[in-house]
Amino acid sequence: MTRVAFLIPAALRPLAEGRSRLHVDVPRGSPSLGEALDALWALYPGIRDRVLTEQGEVRPHVNVFVGTESSRWSGGLATPVPEGAEISILPAVSGG
Amino acid sequence: MVTTRSIAVKGGDVVLLVGTVKGAFLLRAPATRATWEVGGPYLAGRAVYALTHDSRAGRRRIWASATSMHWGAVLVSTDDWGRTWTEPEEANVKFPAESGLALKQIWQVVPGRAAEPDTLYCGVEPAALFRSTDGGQTWNCVSGLLDHPHRPRWTPGGGGLCLHTIVLDPVKAARMWVGVSTGGVYRTDDGGRAWAARNVGIRAEFLPEKYPEFGQCVHKIVQHPERPATLFLQNHWGLYRSDDAGDSWQDVAHGVPSDFGFPMAIHPREPDTVYVLPLESDTFRCPPGGKLRVYRTRNGGRSWQPLTRGLPQQGAYETVLRDALATDTLDPAGVYFGTRNGKLFASRDGGTSWRLAVEGLPPVVCVRAVVVDRARRQR
Repeated sequence: MTRVAFLIPAALRPLAEGRSRLHVDVPRGSPSLGEALDALWALYPGIRDRVLTEQGEVRPHVNVFVGTESSRWSGGLATPVPEGAEISILPAVSGG
Repeated sequence: MVTTRSIAVKGGDVVLLVGTVKGAFLLRAPATRATWEVGGPYLAGRAVYALTHDSRAGRRRIWASATSMHWGAVLVSTDDWGRTWTEPEEANVKFPAESGLALKQIWQVVPGRAAEPDTLYCGVEPAALFRSTDGGQTWNCVSGLLDHPHRPRWTPGGGGLCLHTIVLDPVKAARMWVGVSTGGVYRTDDGGRAWAARNVGIRAEFLPEKYPEFGQCVHKIVQHPERPATLFLQNHWGLYRSDDAGDSWQDVAHGVPSDFGFPMAIHPREPDTVYVLPLESDTFRCPPGGKLRVYRTRNGGRSWQPLTRGLPQQGAYETVLRDALATDTLDPAGVYFGTRNGKLFASRDGGTSWRLAVEGLPPVVCVRAVVVDRARRQR
């Protein structure tokens, strides 16, 4: 069991009971980011389709950080998540 | 915090559903259509490329496609003219996993026929057709088109590879047409299992073979419900008419300054009256000479006349996109179009004269007109 914290962006809080920060217990030790996100979807399934495409890939204008490191550069959904890690879901700087 | 203005809609009003790249707006006017009250922005920050009103089975429901650059695209709905919206917790339009495709945008949503009040269709990017048979709760990709052998050879146009037009035959319940950029016109006669390219006579200016079986860049198709075998088509270069349900097409660009353009609309009662907004060219997508002119034919395309009264005739570098031109069902008919510069022009005499109804909107990508039923109690 690994306990991690998720930081939820404002746009997705209606899908997470309005919470900006929440703790999730991932049912195994040393999980990957994908496993941690699966635990988040189990609690708040509406967040999944906003963060991932139907092909299971992180949307191109969404960034998921483990600590301060973007998962794009640290192994994607295979990025290891240490006990007590803080995972931030953030919209990329993009728009018009 | 975005401040949203609500509107109070009464029976007999006309409501324009206006989609922009930054949200939706509702414009309300009494039947005189003299002044317009603006509600919105709704779905602020999301692009709304498709809107429709479903009045079947006692509904007063607006469907909207809402696309967030960050969080993806969903179909949402409102039954109270925008005061509250129903948003699906899980995305409601999704490609099957085995397709390998991911939804980018929903370009069109249309109610099914009156006799099938729980059926709706939507067209998406990457190009595919989805159908719901439970009033929009769940959606399934129409596999007959998704698996079409031509599909791997369709290529994206400027707006991406999208299925942007859906036309239902009001009489033959198994027949419908779709428009794909770029793929062309496809028709099914068996409810969506088999689809055939219907592009004979339509030019593909941008290909070495000018009249291929498919690959055309159709921009919009319209049909009058009283004459379903006759179709009009605005192409990426070319104005066409078909009188055999799309089996063949004839060029009807007689008297327009350019046959390039995006939108097309048909009169609610006159099957030979069609409206287009010609643009200079595919490389300069603005009205010829900076003169903003709607062109109208009243004889099924034998001739087109410019409609200029009330429209700016100099320096009007406006662009009107494929779904941003619409008619209402009043008599005389209202005609409306929105521009990429955020202006909404309205005519209440079938296009003969125009007024600037609203300006300062975000870029307009979709306009639909609803005449609110007087007889029913608002729900």
